[in-house]
Amino acid sequence: MKYQTIDEANRAVIDKIAGGAPFLVDVVPAHTVIPELEGKTLLHAGPPIAYKDMTGPMQGSCVGAALFEGWAKDEMEARSMLEQGDIHFIPCHHVKAVGPMGGITSGNMPVFVVNNRSEGNEAYCIMNEGIGKVLRFGAYSEEVITRLTWMKDVLGPTLSRALKVTKEGLNLNVMIAKAITMGDEFHQRNIAASLVFLKEISPYIVNLDMDKQEMQSVIKFLADTDQFFLNIMMAASKAVMDGARTIQAGTVVTAMCRNGQDFGIRISGMGDEWFTAPVNTPQGLFFTGFSQADANPDIGDSAITETFGVGGMAMIAAPGVTRFVGAGGFQDALATSNEMVEISIDQNPNFTVPTWNFRGICLGIDARKVVETGITPVINTGIAHKEPGVGQIGAGTVRPPVECFEKALEAYASKLGLL
Amino acid sequence: MLHTIIKKNSYQDSVNLMLLTNYISALEGVVQASIMMGTPANKDIMRNSGLYTDELEPAGANDMCIVIDTEAHSGLDDILVAVDNFLSDQSVSSSQSSMESVRSWERALKENPNANLAIISVPGQYAAAEAEKALDYGLHAFIFSDNVPVEEELSLKQKAHDKELLVMGPDCGTGIISGVPLAFANRVKAGNIGVVGASGTGIQEVTTLIDRMGGGISHAIGTGGRDLSEIVGAITMLDGIRGLAHNDQTEVIVIVSKPPAKAVREKVVSQLQGLSKPVVTLFLGEKPSAHEGNVYEAYTLEEAAMIAIDLAKGAAVQPLYSLPIDVPKTALNPEQTSIQGLYAGGTLAAEAAMLIADALQLKDGLIHEAGYVLRSNGHAIVDLGDDMYTQGKPHPMIDPATRIQHIEKAAQDPATAVILFDVVLGYGGHDDVAGVLAPAIEKAAAKAKTEGRNLYFVAALCGTHQDPQSYEEQKRKFEQAGVLVKESNNQAVRTVLAMMQLFLEDVPKAHRPATTFAPQAFSTSAAIEALLAGKPSVINVGLRKFTESITASGAPAIQYDWRPVAGGSVKMQQILNQLKDYRFTS
Repeated sequence: MKYQTIDEANRAVIDKIAGGAPFLVDVVPAHTVIPELEGKTLLHAGPPIAYKDMTGPMQGSCVGAALFEGWAKDEMEARSMLEQGDIHFIPCHHVKAVGPMGGITSGNMPVFVVNNRSEGNEAYCIMNEGIGKVLRFGAYSEEVITRLTWMKDVLGPTLSRALKVTKEGLNLNVMIAKAITMGDEFHQRNIAASLVFLKEISPYIVNLDMDKQEMQSVIKFLADTDQFFLNIMMAASKAVMDGARTIQAGTVVTAMCRNGQDFGIRISGMGDEWFTAPVNTPQGLFFTGFSQADANPDIGDSAITETFGVGGMAMIAAPGVTRFVGAGGFQDALATSNEMVEISIDQNPNFTVPTWNFRGICLGIDARKVVETGITPVINTGIAHKEPGVGQIGAGTVRPPVECFEKALEAYASKLGLL
Repeated sequence: MLHTIIKKNSYQDSVNLMLLTNYISALEGVVQASIMMGTPANKDIMRNSGLYTDELEPAGANDMCIVIDTEAHSGLDDILVAVDNFLSDQSVSSSQSSMESVRSWERALKENPNANLAIISVPGQYAAAEAEKALDYGLHAFIFSDNVPVEEELSLKQKAHDKELLVMGPDCGTGIISGVPLAFANRVKAGNIGVVGASGTGIQEVTTLIDRMGGGISHAIGTGGRDLSEIVGAITMLDGIRGLAHNDQTEVIVIVSKPPAKAVREKVVSQLQGLSKPVVTLFLGEKPSAHEGNVYEAYTLEEAAMIAIDLAKGAAVQPLYSLPIDVPKTALNPEQTSIQGLYAGGTLAAEAAMLIADALQLKDGLIHEAGYVLRSNGHAIVDLGDDMYTQGKPHPMIDPATRIQHIEKAAQDPATAVILFDVVLGYGGHDDVAGVLAPAIEKAAAKAKTEGRNLYFVAALCGTHQDPQSYEEQKRKFEQAGVLVKESNNQAVRTVLAMMQLFLEDVPKAHRPATTFAPQAFSTSAAIEALLAGKPSVINVGLRKFTESITASGAPAIQYDWRPVAGGSVKMQQILNQLKDYRFTS
């Protein structure tokens, strides 16, 4: 081993995070890159969970996926298949993938393929469906399935063809660096990055030999979908964090995710092991007619963005969304990011934040610092209705339970023979 | 009843609109409201929440759609005005101050690399450990926290002495370094008088009197109440005296303390006699009969301030410092025979007790039980800052509630003639004590009147004209409530005594050469010299308002919002320590 102390091991891990080089190289049907999606298998968000323990939105997503895949002809049949255990589940994270909210990913859904050139590893994430009634929030009506089918038949293949025309795919570090200076924090707000993506990809799309109507529908969808880049950011974060966690030493948090029941984290020194504790429920602002009482507990793999150092960790980068923190304004956003510095090992000079006097985003959450200070990462998140089928009802922030970090440290101390 | 208003081409961010919706929904007469841009998805949401109207049909994505469900006869106009007002004033007024805070020593030191003083106000059980860290980082420590075992105090002070640093406290309420108030302290004018005191309100009384008499303070170093005990041996006081002796701004030194252990007193006085600067000592409870060498011994806090002023001006010290007392006319019933002293400041209470005991020629009237510092012949002086009154409650200097209860109780007693109390202004104290106490006092006096008694109130007002509370305003409010306000505790007590036909005799003091004079060569540490050379640069570990008063005085300070490591979990603390020290073996 090159390092003598945990600090040195952590430094090695965060050097790999800062040195990550994610490129968006393709969009392909999930089963072509994730062989585990054979037969009736679905991926879900968060640490492992059984169907019966899933909360409403995730179960709703399962129903939608079964309908989309044509395994069931209607909701009732889908539910009975799920309840009988006909459908097999794997956490996204176990197969190099991440999934927003419910995280439900099926074999024929198109996924982004992000290649981390510094380590040669890949990561995958389904595409963003927009807002309102969408699968990731547990909606599965006909309009949802229709959109998913269009994404499979038109959007995915179009992006794939466009990306193949590029020399090496799209260099995501460049796009992230640009968009952060334009006010994105990449979890609550992705509009700048989504526009940068549209700007980069559209010259290739318009040059494709394809039906003009379909081309128009693709461009229109990309133009309308403010959060389109979120899923790319998730895949990029996953690729970079997986590259970094090839070093299996130290206390750097390498993944954070939620399945609606448990919050799970991984730390570098403990490899693939999850450390879980019951999730909190996000607090935030709600659409009319909905309130905190309707909110589903925290859910989704999107906290991989915070693990990478954006999202709530980079709150100060996105003054436009700071008020989701509560009634606070700019000063509260500043205080949030400053607080996040306390649990981070360093700051990433690749992504500097203008509103933070060009300080770099947080780099490497140290589980030791989380436990020592009791400061848990701030996660910016959408809020799903707890009943399946309703969809998104608001957005806000949430924090992981500190127990995850305590358990991880205890296990690591035990592994090192200290206990 | 549903109302629909479309504001064409009026784009607002969805967060603004959600906040606006929350705001409008809370208005009187509004059952439910929804304000959104007119996108198809948003119209769907309106439909789902039962707020869809046909008027929304033509609205587009750039049109603001306001749908309000109001009670039958509510005026829509007021609601629309509220909408407009909200949209025209969207600057967020953050409820929190913009003060930045940190949550670890590491970051505190990074943010304030020039820090030379840590103020520690964490729970007592953790205070010593945090003070130790401060010393390890090379910082002087001011420990406000109480309930620190005396053994820990001794070991901290020994460590500090060895490292040539200063530990003020534990249980140190007051300090002033180059005009910067630490914890509970007043804003005083700069000057050539330095104070070292083992008493918080004692320092406040002396420094504010000096200020109002036209003098000024270089520094006031608090030592904590146990510093002059046999066990601790005045480590901080001796280091503080040395520091002031070497400090160019300081020409006169004032020592304030309760009577120390005999051996410790001799050690301190012998050090003082070795100084080239004149010194005033106040060992509260002693009635000195003479000055010795360059050490002038005072009987009251006020006298200490007056001697110091004369010394600071280079004037001769007078044998007697008696001020004439205006005796107010009183009309008391025969059974009204007692003085009830309700104090917030412990040292001020002790001084009141001493003066009354002296006037009554009591041999053993001074007690220390159940919060009383004097209880004799019906007279009582209570220290409401005593632990027994502050368990789970704020100190009476912060919250006047306990004092109001005691005022009501004392006022009901037919034997009570005068209620005597102190008011301590300055940083850390209540913003408007008079505003809270005056109505209670008026009420109590009026009630006594209806029962056929005249009840008198006398206050000692401690503070300066520069304090955050207005001295004049506080005085005026009390006087309007019928309180006789005196500018020192000594005068307040003597006025009360005179009202009760009791008198104190002051004896002129002779000045004789020192008998314990032992010239000694000593030096102060460079670190203490540096601390006293200018404004301190502070890391405030604990109570936020201490940081506010420091930055208000123009000194740099970092707020460290302290919490126990790992939430106080001993197991996790051990794991953290083991991981910190872990070495991989290759």
